Amino acid sequence: MTDIAVSTTRGVASDAARRSVVSMRDVSKVFSNGTLALKGMSLDVQAGEFISLLGPSGCGKSTALRIIAGLGAPSSGSIDWPSSKINAKGLPDGDVGFVFQDPTLMPWATVYDNVYLPLKLRGISKAAAREAIMDNLAAVGLADFTASYPRELSGGMRMRVSIARAMVTRPKLLLMDEPFAALDEITRQKLNDDVLRLWQQHGVTVIFVTHSVYESAYLSSRIVVMRARPGQVFADMEIAQPAERDQAYRVSEGYRQTCQDVSDALQRAIGAAETH
Amino acid sequence: MSQTMTNPSEAGTDSAAGVLLPRTPNREKLMQVLIPIAALLLAVLGWHLLVTINNIPRYILPGPVDVAIALFTDSASLWPALLVTVRITFMALAIALIGGVGLAILLVQSRILELALFPFAVVLQVTPMIAIAPLLLIYAPDTQTALLICAFIVAFFPILSNMAQGLKSVDHNLLNLFELYGASGWQTLIYLKIPASMPYFMAGLRIGGGLSLIAAVVAEFAAGSAGQGSGLAFRLLESQYRMNLPRLFVCLIMLCGTGIAIFGLTSLISWLTLHRWHESAIRREN
Repeated sequence: MTDIAVSTTRGVASDAARRSVVSMRDVSKVFSNGTLALKGMSLDVQAGEFISLLGPSGCGKSTALRIIAGLGAPSSGSIDWPSSKINAKGLPDGDVGFVFQDPTLMPWATVYDNVYLPLKLRGISKAAAREAIMDNLAAVGLADFTASYPRELSGGMRMRVSIARAMVTRPKLLLMDEPFAALDEITRQKLNDDVLRLWQQHGVTVIFVTHSVYESAYLSSRIVVMRARPGQVFADMEIAQPAERDQAYRVSEGYRQTCQDVSDALQRAIGAAETH
Repeated sequence: MSQTMTNPSEAGTDSAAGVLLPRTPNREKLMQVLIPIAALLLAVLGWHLLVTINNIPRYILPGPVDVAIALFTDSASLWPALLVTVRITFMALAIALIGGVGLAILLVQSRILELALFPFAVVLQVTPMIAIAPLLLIYAPDTQTALLICAFIVAFFPILSNMAQGLKSVDHNLLNLFELYGASGWQTLIYLKIPASMPYFMAGLRIGGGLSLIAAVVAEFAAGSAGQGSGLAFRLLESQYRMNLPRLFVCLIMLCGTGIAIFGLTSLISWLTLHRWHESAIRREN
């Protein structure tokens, strides 16, 4: 795990154009009720990054994430997935995994069938999908719960199923929309570590929407702070992180300093929205 | 009440029974069976007393004993009539299921179709079915078909409207997820919309099942004077004309039994489908 040097993302930035996974150019989004959710947002995401979109509610971070996923086109501006195969609908073909704020599992299907879903929709047989399903369930510690129904699981376990489902297609890009906001602190820290481990093991690019300074400072290699009214990028911060993050890191001076810097940026972003 | 009395004797003959198991679950179950039966028996007893004490003549209100005798002597001649009614009920329900579910799927796929069919649906739904029956009796090739159409129309709407509501009530994030993975319209329908609408469909099925029997009976009443009514409802009317009240009560009991059987069957189907995942079919435990 340690051979993946997390703090060297800056070195990758030189060939950004070639390696970028997502490229947003001057993207605006107006909803049908007239709300301007995003205005002129530009963002380049390089392969292997762990980006947090951090901001107050109403800053359009979830909207930006949905546009990146190809759910809902931008009102103006362009979005491109330079390193993905684009399908007939102009969307990246199977390279994106999405974890919603709610686990969003099918209540009538077992854990196994829920994780099988993305592969089933691609026409892969249950037998052929078995290994991928079991690997991903094992990776989130749920190999023994294949026959359980979502309602029989705790909130944290449901979220793990959701993560396993998002990872089962081996996506290049994992999008997470405030996935742990509804969970208790202990479960949340455990899942943070799980996501970090998945990121380090699979080299997947993660875009993580959150409104928690501490969560973003713990996880991210880069934090994009957004402001509200209109939703825009306010600050773009590279975070130098140790490859191994654990309980000791949570109380270290480096982590505290990162939290302070991020928190200051967030406060300025909130202030910027209020003065206009 | 009585089962608590047996415990000491059990303990007396078998030393291992000295440690009594918690009896509450069994007792609870027994109560669930005994109390309704006792209440029903009490009501029948009350009926019997009412008739005998007041000396009510049999052609006004027969007692339970008269009805029991009639059940024994008349039920054989009433079976074919029951069969006719049951056949109409189930055929109407089956057609209503196919039509209701099929149309609901079409409606949610096409907004134009939904808007176009909306006025027809409202007109058919709000018009009392019994008022259409005379027309149907004129146009339908025979009485049985007219009865079938009547029962179908009544059972059809709860199934259609519940199913359409269910198909529209799918979790938006699950729809997003299916879109994200490039699911086709068919895949979304079969793997997401139909399973998600099952609780609604089951509600429609239970309502439609009950209504199809009611509609079959009401339609037979309407048709009774017109044709060779051989259903149970016609026999019921016939008994009334002849002042054969015990026989009328037998007809009622048979209809009631059919209703219970339909309710039990639809409830069972609903439970089998939903008991693993839907809140409505799961016992709450605190």
